[in-house]
Amino acid sequence: MSSNRQAAASNPWRAPILFAVLAVLFLLEGTVRNGMFSGSWNTSLAILNMGLISAITALGVNMQWGYAGLFNTGVVGFLAIGGLAPVLVSLPPVEGAWAAGGPRLIGALAVGLGTLALAKIAYTRTRRAWIMVLVLIGGFVAYRWLFDPAVTAIEANDSARTGNIGGLGLPVLLSWLVGGAFAAAAAWAVGKVALGLRSDYLAIATLGIGEIIVAVLRNEDWLARGVKNVAAIPRPVPYETDLQQNPAFVDFATSWGFSAAEASGIWVKLCYMSLFLVVLLLVILLAELALKSPWGRMMRAIRDNEIAAEAMGKDVTARHLQVFVLGSAVIGIAGAMMITLDGLMAPNSYNPLRYTFLIWVMVVVGGSGNNWGAVLGAILIWFLWIKVEVWGPNLIGALVAPLPDGDIKAHLLNSAAHMRFIAMGLVLLLVLRFAPRGLVPEK
Amino acid sequence: MDILNALVAVLNFVFIPAAAYGAQLALGALGVTLIYAILRFSNFAHGDTMAFGTAVTILTTWGLQSLGVTLGVLPTALLALPVGIAATALLVLGTDRAVYRFYRAQKAAPIIFVMASVGVMFVMNGLTRLIIGVDDQRFDDGARFIINVRDFREWSGLTEGLALRSTQALTVIVTVIVCAALFWFLNRTKSGKAMRAYSDNEDLALLSGIDPERVVRLTWIIGAGLMTIAGVLYGLDKSFRPFNYFQILLPIFAAAIVGGLGNPVGAIAGGFLVAFSEVAVTYPWVKVAGYLFPDWQPGGLLQLLGTEYKFAVSFVILIVVLLFRPTGLFRGKSV
Repeated sequence: MSSNRQAAASNPWRAPILFAVLAVLFLLEGTVRNGMFSGSWNTSLAILNMGLISAITALGVNMQWGYAGLFNTGVVGFLAIGGLAPVLVSLPPVEGAWAAGGPRLIGALAVGLGTLALAKIAYTRTRRAWIMVLVLIGGFVAYRWLFDPAVTAIEANDSARTGNIGGLGLPVLLSWLVGGAFAAAAAWAVGKVALGLRSDYLAIATLGIGEIIVAVLRNEDWLARGVKNVAAIPRPVPYETDLQQNPAFVDFATSWGFSAAEASGIWVKLCYMSLFLVVLLLVILLAELALKSPWGRMMRAIRDNEIAAEAMGKDVTARHLQVFVLGSAVIGIAGAMMITLDGLMAPNSYNPLRYTFLIWVMVVVGGSGNNWGAVLGAILIWFLWIKVEVWGPNLIGALVAPLPDGDIKAHLLNSAAHMRFIAMGLVLLLVLRFAPRGLVPEK
Repeated sequence: MDILNALVAVLNFVFIPAAAYGAQLALGALGVTLIYAILRFSNFAHGDTMAFGTAVTILTTWGLQSLGVTLGVLPTALLALPVGIAATALLVLGTDRAVYRFYRAQKAAPIIFVMASVGVMFVMNGLTRLIIGVDDQRFDDGARFIINVRDFREWSGLTEGLALRSTQALTVIVTVIVCAALFWFLNRTKSGKAMRAYSDNEDLALLSGIDPERVVRLTWIIGAGLMTIAGVLYGLDKSFRPFNYFQILLPIFAAAIVGGLGNPVGAIAGGFLVAFSEVAVTYPWVKVAGYLFPDWQPGGLLQLLGTEYKFAVSFVILIVVLLFRPTGLFRGKSV
């Protein structure tokens, strides 16, 4: 984070010790019940699972910022577009939707993309803005002429239950890759336009694209039902109720001293955890290999001194685009995993404070430029984010206990839940100030 | 007659709302641009600081109302505004002291300032939620309309009505006064000239004996005034909800950038450009077309984009302007 990224030698035990502390926190959460911890393995594993997804998101952001210095504030958008994949890939097809307007819809989207390409060609060939504007207007009219009736027809099709185009009925794990591809495609389009911009201009441009992607998901009902939400997305792991009815599993649970209900929840979460760990380790492995290669050295050279790198014949814009697309693809995979874990696609839940800026806190706190740092920061901050909601009210409750009962006390107790924003902001500011290179700095 | 009706419809649904919204964006963008010109970073905490100032103003308004103090036809919030500005000024001076001054002394990269402003944004957001909650708050009182639809119809004999809400008129009038005062300050007073000198060339300004910390303090105080006024006007016109203030960050940034970051005239022009495009693109023109071409039956609402895509409009304007003029229409700065 400081202008000089050449690191001083840091303690090699630092990262292992911090990860051990993190492990202890999750153990305490699973075993100890008091004012601070819940003492439930189900809660502990639930926090960990979302923490692992956050870690993958943070790795994507770390590729863009830590290795290339690109400030992407549209993380929420790439997460959301990745989250679309489980809906489109793994849901069963909706009866009649395709017949209602499918081909016409595909035609409309093709016309829309074709128009943009044609406008670009027209402008680069002729350099006349009015020709481009004419192409754009003509294309827009054609697009709406095809698009509007198709959408109306699809949304009218059994609108109470579905009203969307439906999915392909393929395995949900496949959708994780598709989510990455969706986000990569979006990132390519954004990057083509916006990557020429300077640092904070890029931040504002990506902030805009994030807002737009979420707005599309919220309002295009034909795609994923918009704010009506898509529930019951297929799972890659068993269902709790099936496990509870399986006598072998119930015996197994009682032999460990758990009730069937509790054990089934833990088992399902462990299954998710293994899947997430596989993806996380795979992403880290690939990222580390890439970084140790000549490509990684070139990326860091570009980040540290763009002008010098350009003078040595490196194509800075092309490399930036490459790493922007790669990082966004990783974010998209995390987005698809998140929807798979929740089993629910709810566009209204995509809040930039939570899904863009909190991820940034994770990357900065963990140590930008270091993959293990990003992972550590992500899981730690996610743990705090969840627990501060419990700790904050307890703390405020203890502080206001001597106050007489009344409006002010009630108000303070009621708003204690908002403490988490203040806490996260303070963590970010303190780390930026006193450990600008993060808890686990770049080597 | 039909042309008149069409004209009134455009005035009512496009011109007046866009003018009020544009004035609010212009004030917001002026604050962003001023902070960019002097402190040289894009302040992501801008929207949430606006929300904080507005929250304090709302609480003061409620206090005044419970004491029975009102301004008659004008909203009581105007009376509470100085308190809001003072509280916000103290808060931003405090954050400058605690956060930004350190990085200024270090001459840190602009992006570090931006990131620190993200931290400040979190804290301000939490603070606002802590003091006023997350719900919708309405705090406009006084007269609701200057012109209302029925009176206008009776007076003019047109089928189309015209409404001018007092908050809309107030927004535009206050904005004009604030802009005039700001330009007078920047162009005519010694402190204003010092600010411009510092913004143009830091080293030269230091050589001529300008105290940089004083310039920075002044910037934050003026910025706090602009933010609170913009926030209160926006809250009076629409309604107050902390999250909305985070969301108008994008159109405000778009306005400041389209005009050219660091250029006050550009900020005002950008604010109105963004507001008018947003409203015009998302307005269903079918009614106006109905008056102008009575025999034409358009297939749809003649709406280019749904209202939900308002933010998309500011974003597209931003990108288009940056592609063709990388420093904005009025040639702003770039660090």
